Amino acid sequence: MAKTLEDINERIRKGDAVVLTAEEMTELVASEGAAKAARKVDVVTTGTFGPMCSSGAFVNFGHSEPPIKMSKVWLNDVPVCADVAAVDAYIGATAMSDTEGMAYGGAHVIQDLIEGKWVKLKATAYGTDCYPRREIETWVNKDTLNQAYLFNPRNAYQNYACATNGSDRTIYTYMGVLLPNFGNATYCSAGQLSPLLNDPFYRTIGIGTRIFLGGGHGYVAWQGTQHKPSAPRSPGGTPLGPAGTLALIGDIREMDSRFIRGARFHRYGVSIYVGVGIPIPVLDEEMAAFTGVSDSEIFTSIFDYSQPTRSRDPLGKVSYAQLRSGTIEIDGRKTPCAPLSSYRVARDIAGELKRWITEGEFQLTGPVELLPTEGTVQGLDIRDGEGI
Amino acid sequence: MAKKRLVLTFPPEVVERPVVAMMVKEYDVITNILRAEIHEGEIGRMLVELEGDAKRIREGVKHLKDLGVQVEDAITDIERTEELCIDCGACTAVCLTKALKVGAPDWELQLDKDRCILCGLCVDACPLQLITVKF
Ligand code: SF4
Ligand code: SF4
Repeated sequence: MAKTLEDINERIRKGDAVVLTAEEMTELVASEGAAKAARKVDVVTTGTFGPMCSSGAFVNFGHSEPPIKMSKVWLNDVPVCADVAAVDAYIGATAMSDTEGMAYGGAHVIQDLIEGKWVKLKATAYGTDCYPRREIETWVNKDTLNQAYLFNPRNAYQNYACATNGSDRTIYTYMGVLLPNFGNATYCSAGQLSPLLNDPFYRTIGIGTRIFLGGGHGYVAWQGTQHKPSAPRSPGGTPLGPAGTLALIGDIREMDSRFIRGARFHRYGVSIYVGVGIPIPVLDEEMAAFTGVSDSEIFTSIFDYSQPTRSRDPLGKVSYAQLRSGTIEIDGRKTPCAPLSSYRVARDIAGELKRWITEGEFQLTGPVELLPTEGTVQGLDIRDGEGI
Repeated sequence: MAKKRLVLTFPPEVVERPVVAMMVKEYDVITNILRAEIHEGEIGRMLVELEGDAKRIREGVKHLKDLGVQVEDAITDIERTEELCIDCGACTAVCLTKALKVGAPDWELQLDKDRCILCGLCVDACPLQLITVKF
């Protein structure tokens, strides 16, 4: 009964492939069961659109006359990392503007480039025999750059914490504004639509998997930083908190700012909303069951973000169905909760990817290498240098 | 009993607090200051909720205007740049009146201005900086 990826691609080429979004698949599996769904469906499309700080773009500016070996570089007054070759740079999404602070940062530069805007480039250098120029000021846009691609070290977190605040003052975090005395809670996952929650053990998503990234085609480049597959999991396989992550790559020239957006978390810093969609081949009944997962079967843990430590104790567990209802219970008290990642755009992404596949313009690739299914994350210990 | 939310704008020469006290004393109108933005010697603004007899509120408001206080209905003063909104819902986290809401079925942000008390919390909470509250 099992299908191969080649069978599925053949059906995509012929225009016969049956493609459902992860939400549609959840309904189908609930009504007809995984075995039947596995026979009917070829591909399930997922989507997520949330703040993913660990993102950025490599760019190459081209050489000026006379040439320069750029050592300090700014784009629209945002410092970018130029510590690679002469005219290569990496725009870190969270870099902040020297003039506007966190109201504008690397993420906004990336958005401006995607939108085709001109961006002011300023660079200084110490000057070498072969690169004599010591400074330059000019304007660039995505068409004047030789290359411009996102290379995001950690995206598409497989689940994330639910954040609240048990202190007596408002705190400003990357999980948004958290009101005192458990006044609210926030969460940040597309749940049943989220890529890695639909392939919990990374059977089909691995290095080389072709994906939707920011409105264009992209690829899974590597395991993401802090990839943590050995996380506690619920019976269906989904982790109970942050677990697997992906490093993603894709050309910003193909992207659309509907699916990539610069953001600022008040008194925290700059971040970037990244749109990711990953197609999952329904190879067999197991994959049908995985992709049929619903918000009521996916749980996460609630943490008090007013405790400034890396090892907070969870305050409890909550399902995404409860979170989506807008109210959860903390310590027996009702607390309003709100999402930070956009479910509406996550749906748009899964829908867009479904259209690409149905229209035959996107075929599936299997992983060249699988992601680790075991491993955890280490902390950073303060060592005094003795006995190391 | 009637209730009314107003944004009051005080010119620098009018001192705010006695004016508010006047509403209570002379017109018997309960005046709750929901939010105030007042800097010495500058234009001051506050959001108030008035509660009392409808006629007495009207008279009190007229008196305020005569004193040079600009009076506006509060609910017209929040704005969101809708076409850029990504419907993330981050702003709804701080909106305890549920003037801002996202939810099933469409998960699009709804803004119900009638419920907004202009607390201004959503301004900082929007990661895209799309909300402005005018005072
Ligand atoms: S100003 Fe306050 S009440 Fe009004 S929408 Fe914003 S958070 Fe809600
Ligand atoms: S936080 Fe901003 S972008 Fe997000 S839903 Fe609210 S207004 Fe829209």
